[in-house]
Amino acid sequence: MSEMEKSGYKGIALRLLKDANCQIGDIVRITSKGKVYEGILIPRSELGDATNIIIKMKSGYNVGIAASENVTVEKAGVGTKPMFASPALPEQNSVLPHVVIMSTGGTIASRVDYRTGAVRSAMSANDLYGVVPELSEIARVDTEIVFSIYSENLTPKNWTTLAQKIAEHINQKVDGIVIAHGTDTMGYTAAALSFALQNLPVPVIFVGSQRSSDRPSSDAATNLIGAVKAAGEAPFAEVGLAMHETISDSAIAVHRGVKARKCHTSRRDTFKSINGFPIARVLNQEILMQEGDYTRRDFSKQLVLKPDFCEKVALVTFYPGMDPSVIDFYVNQGFRGILLEGSGLGHVSRFCFDSIKNAITKGVVVALASQCIWGRVNMNVYDTGRDLLNMGVIPLEDMFPETGLVKLMWALGQSSNLEEVKQLLITNIAGEFTPCTLPQDKIIYGAQ
Amino acid sequence: MATTIDYAKIGLKVGLEIHQQLSVGSKLFCSCQPELFKDEPETTFLRRLRPTQSELGQVDPAAFFEFQKGVKIIYEANHKCACLVEMDEEPPHLLNMDALKVVLTASLMMNMQPVDEVHVMRKTVIDGSNTTGFQRTCIIALDGWIKVGEKVIPMQAASLEEDAARKICTEDEGKTIRYRVDRLGIPLIEVATAPVIYSPLEAQHVALAIGRILRDTGKVMRGLGVIRQDLNVSIPNGALIEIKGVQELELISTVIEYEVQRQLGWIKVKEELHSLGISKDVLKPEFVAVTDVFRESKSKVIRKAVDKNFKVFAVKLAGFAGLLGRELMPNFRVGSELSDYAKFWGRVGGIFHTDEMPNYGITPEEVTKVCKKVNATENDGVVFVADIEENCKDALKAVIERTQEALIGIPTETRTAKDDGTTRYMRPRPGAARMYPETDIPAQAITEELVKNVQANLPEPAERKLARLMKQYTLNEKLSKQIIDSEYATLFEEIVKETSTVTASTVAAFLTETVKALKRDGVTVENVDEKQIKALFAAVDSGTLAKEATADVFSWLAKNENKTIQDATTALGLKMFTEADLEIIVNRIITTNKQVIEQNGKNAFGMLMGIVMKEVRGKATPELVSKILKQKL
Repeated sequence: MSEMEKSGYKGIALRLLKDANCQIGDIVRITSKGKVYEGILIPRSELGDATNIIIKMKSGYNVGIAASENVTVEKAGVGTKPMFASPALPEQNSVLPHVVIMSTGGTIASRVDYRTGAVRSAMSANDLYGVVPELSEIARVDTEIVFSIYSENLTPKNWTTLAQKIAEHINQKVDGIVIAHGTDTMGYTAAALSFALQNLPVPVIFVGSQRSSDRPSSDAATNLIGAVKAAGEAPFAEVGLAMHETISDSAIAVHRGVKARKCHTSRRDTFKSINGFPIARVLNQEILMQEGDYTRRDFSKQLVLKPDFCEKVALVTFYPGMDPSVIDFYVNQGFRGILLEGSGLGHVSRFCFDSIKNAITKGVVVALASQCIWGRVNMNVYDTGRDLLNMGVIPLEDMFPETGLVKLMWALGQSSNLEEVKQLLITNIAGEFTPCTLPQDKIIYGAQ
Repeated sequence: MATTIDYAKIGLKVGLEIHQQLSVGSKLFCSCQPELFKDEPETTFLRRLRPTQSELGQVDPAAFFEFQKGVKIIYEANHKCACLVEMDEEPPHLLNMDALKVVLTASLMMNMQPVDEVHVMRKTVIDGSNTTGFQRTCIIALDGWIKVGEKVIPMQAASLEEDAARKICTEDEGKTIRYRVDRLGIPLIEVATAPVIYSPLEAQHVALAIGRILRDTGKVMRGLGVIRQDLNVSIPNGALIEIKGVQELELISTVIEYEVQRQLGWIKVKEELHSLGISKDVLKPEFVAVTDVFRESKSKVIRKAVDKNFKVFAVKLAGFAGLLGRELMPNFRVGSELSDYAKFWGRVGGIFHTDEMPNYGITPEEVTKVCKKVNATENDGVVFVADIEENCKDALKAVIERTQEALIGIPTETRTAKDDGTTRYMRPRPGAARMYPETDIPAQAITEELVKNVQANLPEPAERKLARLMKQYTLNEKLSKQIIDSEYATLFEEIVKETSTVTASTVAAFLTETVKALKRDGVTVENVDEKQIKALFAAVDSGTLAKEATADVFSWLAKNENKTIQDATTALGLKMFTEADLEIIVNRIITTNKQVIEQNGKNAFGMLMGIVMKEVRGKATPELVSKILKQKL
């Protein structure tokens, strides 16, 4: 009966179901308040009252019936287990590029079991072709499930593993890599791999979806098609991130991994290139390069793998009245780096100066990016900025704080020599610094 | 023909599904206004919907077909009627509890049992009418009954669901569909009866009874398009046909009569085909290019297509000579049915068939040539179509498949009702409802307290209401019944309460007889909303508008939307005379009628009243005229 224990039912509902020898998926008959309800027994999710029994009626609707001493439950039939025959693998066209799709969690492709309403992920190559048949005309696809973790639960250790796995595939001479990733922290992982995978011969493209793939309006398939197209054929060899360009199902924007930031909680076009422009667009199965300045795809290049990250790095946002002991806390806890998210052009209140000085004296690397997100820090304009510079705070130009944080983690993972770390921080590794900041009116202020 | 059918004998069975929009101030899953907009959209966006696969690998055939053809959907929105929720750019907010209470109210009035916990479901719909690709819907109560006359009608369920987006048009040879998302998300109640209705007229009576209960909740919208009645019609040897969107109550019996005629007609066609020895093998999907026949055609419609570089394709329908022109419903022939299939599956504008030839400028010679090309004899029918090749072939394939089905029986399908009561093919009937849970919305308990609370506040039953109206407002029985059956029962009481000089019977007569008469005269009475009607009577009450002018003002408001009573009176020249204006008129009339007054003395009053009122009707109240006249005499 362990299955019923896991069904989510509790108390009297669980007892009535167990007494009637019912399993999830069975047809049950419930008599309550003089009425009879019949349907397939559905498991309970965490939400709601666990003593309400949920059945899926013949009409397809789920309803919840409260269990009580006056309610009778009978088993009216045994459920049939759903069967799914994967569609036959389409013939692999040897002319097409070879792309490996690696998944970290989330469901880029899934199927619905309309019998019980469960959504199952579809991640084998067969499944993917079945759900997104267009893929078989774009690339020869292999798949690998690296993790099955919600993106908010990923850590820098996972970045390291992912980088190593990607390197294995690239060394096997694939034409491109696609990483399916939950969108919440996809920007962090994309930035991390931008630093970890150097001298790339082929593109590595991150992809996610803002509408779950079980629904007909999901953006998952369109994004995936765009990502696989870019991974297989794009002329650049960098870490990119492919998502909807607008709320329409038309163009897919490929952002640079170090410049992509999630900017909206729910829109399809949540990712924007901050202080830069997308490297390419995919429109009607065609790749349109947006930037002349990019690293070219070149099989002769040898990947350089630098997958180590230091986790003892903190992101500290400055705000009016911030208690500087927050900084002291991290220093005392042995943190090696602090990324200050300063105000405006790059400022932190004088109240914090002693704590910052103390941190730097103790060998903690303190770097600064602006909480404005848009624009470049310039710490020479006001006294406060100049004072911070004099203390040894490192300005991170036009990097937004999250990329700055990841870079600091990576730089500290590369060396224990502070001077080397500082040098790495101010070296442009993957396009995280742009020399000129353009207005980007359309993105920041909306199309006029 | 209709009158001769004994529906009980042929075994007609009808079930009703009544949908009506709820008036609860906002949408079902967000706070947007439940209103439609007429201006140009502020935002448009493009989407494609992808059929999701079930565990069984099934996809809705019609949906998958549209997806394969690369159908694009353009949605139109403005800020008042749609937010990111309607655009499927944000998860739904919590279920609108006011809407749930209305459905609960109606359910209890129909003796249904509320479920203990409401689970919102996603019903897959990928024709584009929902941006998500599914309609959100939930069952609130089950298993009740209502009494219609002496008969008890079992009620299956009451649900709460979101209305769909409005289709505006199709473009680009049918490959782009435009929808407006303003209607999407407006709360709807759906009430379904068991299929226990056995005659067209009975169906109409049941629909009327349900409509009355829904109106009694006081929380349903009124106006055009707020109520949609779906009919499930079946006869033995025929098929179960789902007819969508009957808007007029009065049309229900006609729609059912015509549907029975249509099914009987097809059954007859089947018998005749069998007696001719036609089998599936001779109805072959062989499509022959006949474009050359029409290169020099005098037919404008076909030449226009050929000149656009379209192709003309033809197919032979063995044994169909004479059958294609067979009438199934008024102005609707077997050929019309095939044409609707061709339009749906082939995105063509229509088809030509030999039973309607010569026609459209197509000559008998051209017809002969086409028949020769497909090897048709005089017993065969021929269908041809002009469009791009892909569309032609899809269209003719649909035609052939429909004729093959005619040998077996009547396909079960979803049809849409037209204003004349006939129905048209809409799409194949979806298989078992493809539903799965809406995981973005938590289950909503219906507690005993909530049920008790709603139960304690149920609207009064119609019979008690009738007695009360007659007593409270001293209305006669006929007028009271009319007001209860109208959409204005609540409004009537509100107006009477808010006015002091207007009599209840004046208001009741206006809201029933006058409005009905105006509607008969072609006035779109739905355009005048309740606020405007209230303002109309407020104006009468304050003496700024004459009672006699209400019909004119109402008609003007129906024609000129979003205007005020003042706009109407100004436009109609209905400005009321002031007392001073009236005195001048009265003085003049007294002067010109001096002789008569002297002759009749006090008895002249009635006559003078008549003369003055004739001149100032609609611009002065009789009370005021009478007062001034009495003073002057």
